[in-house]
Amino acid sequence: MKIYVCVKHVPDSAATIAIKGTNQIDESVTFLLNPYDEHAVEEGVRLKAQAEGSEVVAVAVGKEAAINTLQSVLAMGADRAILVKTDDPPDSILAARALKAAIEQDGKPDIIFTGKESIDSEGMQTMFRLAAALDMPVATNVVALSIDRNNALVESELEAGVRQSLEMQLPCIIAAGKGLNKPKYPTFIDIRKAKKKETKQIDLDSLPIEKSAASMEILELKPAVEQRQPTELKGPPEEAVLQLIEVLKNEAKVL
Amino acid sequence: MLKEILIMGKIGILIELKDGKIKKSNFGVITLARRQESERYALILNGNAAACKEQLQQYGIEKIIDLTSSEGPVKWNPVKWSRAIIAAMDHFDITSLCGLTSGRGRDILPRVAAYLDAPLVMDCVDLNLKDRTVKKSQFSGKTIATIKVSGNHFIFGIRPNAIDAKPDPCEAAVIPFQADFASEGLEVKQLKQQAHGGIDLTEADIIISGGRGMENPENFEILFECARVIGAAVGASRVAVDAGWVPHTMQVGQTGATVSPKVYIACGISGSVQHFAGMKTSGLIIAVNTDPEASITKNCDYYIVEDLFKIVPILTRHLKLVVDENQLT
Repeated sequence: MKIYVCVKHVPDSAATIAIKGTNQIDESVTFLLNPYDEHAVEEGVRLKAQAEGSEVVAVAVGKEAAINTLQSVLAMGADRAILVKTDDPPDSILAARALKAAIEQDGKPDIIFTGKESIDSEGMQTMFRLAAALDMPVATNVVALSIDRNNALVESELEAGVRQSLEMQLPCIIAAGKGLNKPKYPTFIDIRKAKKKETKQIDLDSLPIEKSAASMEILELKPAVEQRQPTELKGPPEEAVLQLIEVLKNEAKVL
Repeated sequence: MLKEILIMGKIGILIELKDGKIKKSNFGVITLARRQESERYALILNGNAAACKEQLQQYGIEKIIDLTSSEGPVKWNPVKWSRAIIAAMDHFDITSLCGLTSGRGRDILPRVAAYLDAPLVMDCVDLNLKDRTVKKSQFSGKTIATIKVSGNHFIFGIRPNAIDAKPDPCEAAVIPFQADFASEGLEVKQLKQQAHGGIDLTEADIIISGGRGMENPENFEILFECARVIGAAVGASRVAVDAGWVPHTMQVGQTGATVSPKVYIACGISGSVQHFAGMKTSGLIIAVNTDPEASITKNCDYYIVEDLFKIVPILTRHLKLVVDENQLT
């Protein structure tokens, strides 16, 4: 099976984000593999183990620093990596077109894994655009997967307590949700081996990509300011609770 | 004025139902759509358009498109639903579409955007159609981004409960629209309701969540008991989910649900950045924690430094009294 995994190099969610200029962030913080992409990589690697002669190829679109994230994906078990290099972070429309071009240039996918969203742009859409571009079915928030001949049987969490069971014809795209699997952390040997695996770098401008008439542009980024002024509800438990009831009644007006 | 309306185009609002009833959070989306001063259409695919008319016209919806297939309601299939919505948008000349950033919204809105090659912003907290800008959180909720969209159609997923719903009564008309579509390689085999049931986190006015301080799965019953009294939903932090105490569907946070209830009560939760990312737009945040230095006490509205196992049962008792009192008056 030819397995592709689309991954993103994102700032650590624990990092302090400082705004640079009007619409950029200070990138001197720790960057890592997007958390949902961990599940995507893990699933791709597991699938490879089940299907002899398979290959897992990781693809990312981003700055040169994304090589570090691709290294960690190789350490998790991917065989090769491709970085579509650009210094200008693309919107989801362009990112999907870039991923399509890079994948098609490389080979014929049987299945493509992605994470269900990235924790930086929180767009929740690149996999759908990629699917439309490649004319493949796609499912998001996938928490269970089994491959049956030429079909993927998935379970996806639809809403509170409701799961949908879907059947998709291969080739298809699976956007991983948390709960799909438990990613294994690479050993020191895995990390060493990863350094010997191939990472190809392609300039975004060199790919045959038609620019869309549509776009999303970040005009401004502002810190989400915490304005809460905490008040302690003091006293013995009974008293504290009575004060809380007053808050719920008179301030929140939910009782 | 007329020219402005023509430039802004018509706006469609995808209405989401649960068990045949309009989910409350839709009314905030309608309120936001009303602010745009464009011609509005509500779109319903569950076959309940006539039943929904009363409620929708309370919130200023004059036109309701009743989308059906030749076999009746369009059976749930995200591909068929997306194609049907696009056909209706095309037929009625609707250039913008709004919906909830809910589980279904995440399965439909991006498909519509992808098929139309239209810009899409999910989890918006504000929208200005005239300027073609939206506001949404980015970077794990630490920043608010103002995003400008360009294209021929515009798709927006709105954060549930980000906008307060405001009534604006009028008369509505139901317009039938029928279309049939192929499933394009994606079949829905089954919809399964999980045992955990309870109230949808994104629909609840009040959420009571438990974290590390809960200590074990059984203890969550005290939160469920409290929640039952006031119709609240029960959530959890990542710690509780990773420990296997509660299902992932209860998780609030960066890799769980993003919620915006009127009241969020965090019990035994330290308040990591990732947890805040999921609940920071709540109306009031209340913390119960034995640690007076827990991060959450610095970023909440009210906090009680006490053992949650003492506080929650007392809270449940007092809430029962209030509910009983309300029923008598």
